[in-house]
Amino acid sequence: MIPSKGGIQMIYGAGVDVGSTQTKAVILDGQQRIVARALIDTGANVTRAAERSFDEALRAAGLRREEVAYVVGTGYGRYKVTFGDAQITEISCHARGASLLFPKTRTVIDMGGQDAKGIKIGEEGDVKDFVMNDKCAAGTGRFLANSAEALGMPMDDIGPLALKAKNPVRLSTVCAVFVESDIMSYLGQGKKVEDILGGVHSAIAARTIALVRRVGIEPEVTFTGGVSRNIGMVRALEEKLGMPVNVSPDSHFVGAIGAAIFALERAASAAHAGTAA
Amino acid sequence: MAEPTKYQEQMHLMQKEMMGRYFDEMTRMAEGGPGQSAYMLISGNPVELVRAFDFLPIYPEVNALQIAAKKQALPFILKAEEMGYSIDNCAYVKADIGCFFSGRETPFGTIPLPSLILCNYVGCNVYLQWFEHLAEYYPAPIFNLDVPFVRTESGEPRPEDITYVVRQLEDLIELCEKISGKTLDYKKLQKIVALSGETGELWSKIKELTQRTPSPFDAYFDSVTMMAPLYCLRGTEECVKFFEVSYKELLAKAEAKTGPLPEERFRIVIEGPPPWPYLRTFRDMFSKWGAVAVASTYSTVGGLWEFGFRHDPLRPLESIAQHMLQWNVTNRNFLQRYEQLRRYVEEWSADALVIHSVKSCRLFSAGQGDMREYFTKELGVPTLLIESDLEDPRYFSEAQLKNRIDAFFESLEHKKLVAAKA
Repeated sequence: MIPSKGGIQMIYGAGVDVGSTQTKAVILDGQQRIVARALIDTGANVTRAAERSFDEALRAAGLRREEVAYVVGTGYGRYKVTFGDAQITEISCHARGASLLFPKTRTVIDMGGQDAKGIKIGEEGDVKDFVMNDKCAAGTGRFLANSAEALGMPMDDIGPLALKAKNPVRLSTVCAVFVESDIMSYLGQGKKVEDILGGVHSAIAARTIALVRRVGIEPEVTFTGGVSRNIGMVRALEEKLGMPVNVSPDSHFVGAIGAAIFALERAASAAHAGTAA
Repeated sequence: MAEPTKYQEQMHLMQKEMMGRYFDEMTRMAEGGPGQSAYMLISGNPVELVRAFDFLPIYPEVNALQIAAKKQALPFILKAEEMGYSIDNCAYVKADIGCFFSGRETPFGTIPLPSLILCNYVGCNVYLQWFEHLAEYYPAPIFNLDVPFVRTESGEPRPEDITYVVRQLEDLIELCEKISGKTLDYKKLQKIVALSGETGELWSKIKELTQRTPSPFDAYFDSVTMMAPLYCLRGTEECVKFFEVSYKELLAKAEAKTGPLPEERFRIVIEGPPPWPYLRTFRDMFSKWGAVAVASTYSTVGGLWEFGFRHDPLRPLESIAQHMLQWNVTNRNFLQRYEQLRRYVEEWSADALVIHSVKSCRLFSAGQGDMREYFTKELGVPTLLIESDLEDPRYFSEAQLKNRIDAFFESLEHKKLVAAKA
């Protein structure tokens, strides 16, 4: 039964993306417009984080739980979205979400807390091929977080400061653990913080592009995931790729948006099956 | 979710019984019973020759994988690391060395000390050092069989390569005669080689069955049932009997159109050995999607029979040499490995290729990135590259593997949907 408002049938789909660091929820209406979004830290209780983010999105949308026809869970904690109707990997979801925000996307670069991935996508936002980092946090948000911590700076400040680098240092490592000692050593040599950060961003961009090249980089490139909010990383990727990179203010919600698109499609086909029966 | 169907038919009972006897014999020998043992490596193993001298073949790799499958590998691996073996060192080696220095007791039996350490070095130089270490730790005679890689474009070994290996086999015979006190009975060797030929023929026919839809068994996960007798018991009457029974049962399944899953939704080819410490969990990740392996390179490590090779009793030493040089996956170069996989994809009608890369084996895994590229870009075959380890449980990251496997099948599902609409 699809709820109606003022005689017009309204259908909503929700996506809940439980990442290693943050949990994102998005509600889309039948026209695939974002009606609400929520972002919270995942913490130790994954199921609770999923619920909280969804509740927050419902509140923001002014909707009741039963007004959302279908919920898709994605991200590492997707099986912990216990109230969800289905689970789909964030690879498929990032592809669909990026395609909605930037329809000409053919390559998605997603950088999250622990993952870096490259996804090659088709016109419908379907996954043609993908690659991910393996057993190593090099080139991920964790690398940046550790660098920020070593420098005693908030995460939000490192990207803008990296842009001011005049002589970026060359890091000897892309290891998220050893980068801290590398940074300490540069600080000891009296290098400027912006030059160290310039080096940090450049190292991760190079590492990530090498990964993504395995699926082939075709324009347009859309950058998603939490790290896409970091302007220093956006510029570093653009410089190394030699092409512009799409970034939306909703880039870190892309997984949840994609999940919500799948939710809408499944709600529609379920409704269709219901009519047919 | 599709659960694999359970089947415990005669072939499984027979395998259990035969392998049980093999492990019992091993234990008896370890406890001071009569007989001599030869440590050997799986890749292109010349089991026929040691059997001719009544040596019990012991494969440290088989022991290592059994230890891993029984979730006992880590303490042995740590023991070897304490001794100084690097974290990056082959985990088969570490599990075996750790076990060797922990009393050689395993959940399936006790491993006897070797009378002969036969390093039938095929494809891997770490293995060469593994057996050299064993020879240093225990003063049994070691024989290094040097098997050159096949360098010709055709993939055929050169006549001088065959001669080179045959000469070494002749030297090995001399050593075996010295250790065992027996003279080589040529007729007996021919008989053993003939039995291997028959086994190869049956195994090859079994492998052809998976070309059918649905495949009657999983050519990766279920092949292991047949691989143990193929290596440990090849060249015996009971091994031939086992393969006859297996062929009959699997043929009946194929005729009845039953497979390992209630529904075969995807046909895949798998490259690389399985993660033994998590075999069941790993299998479930594919079963969930209705994916059945119709061919695998892992089942050809000890020998590749499905493309026509047979041991020949009229040329026993030459055919053993050919088996070692050409007819096992590990001694094949990368282009030949591509070709083998390409044939599997085409002739076994597979939808996709899955490469399981082994973290602690750089030698065999290096190049799999290029392999992935070749299949996706040159041949348009959807290919998934995942990584864990064959022995070390620390490298198995369930969430990461699941994520990649699920995403891969989500995209294959989409493809299927689009194809169905068209």
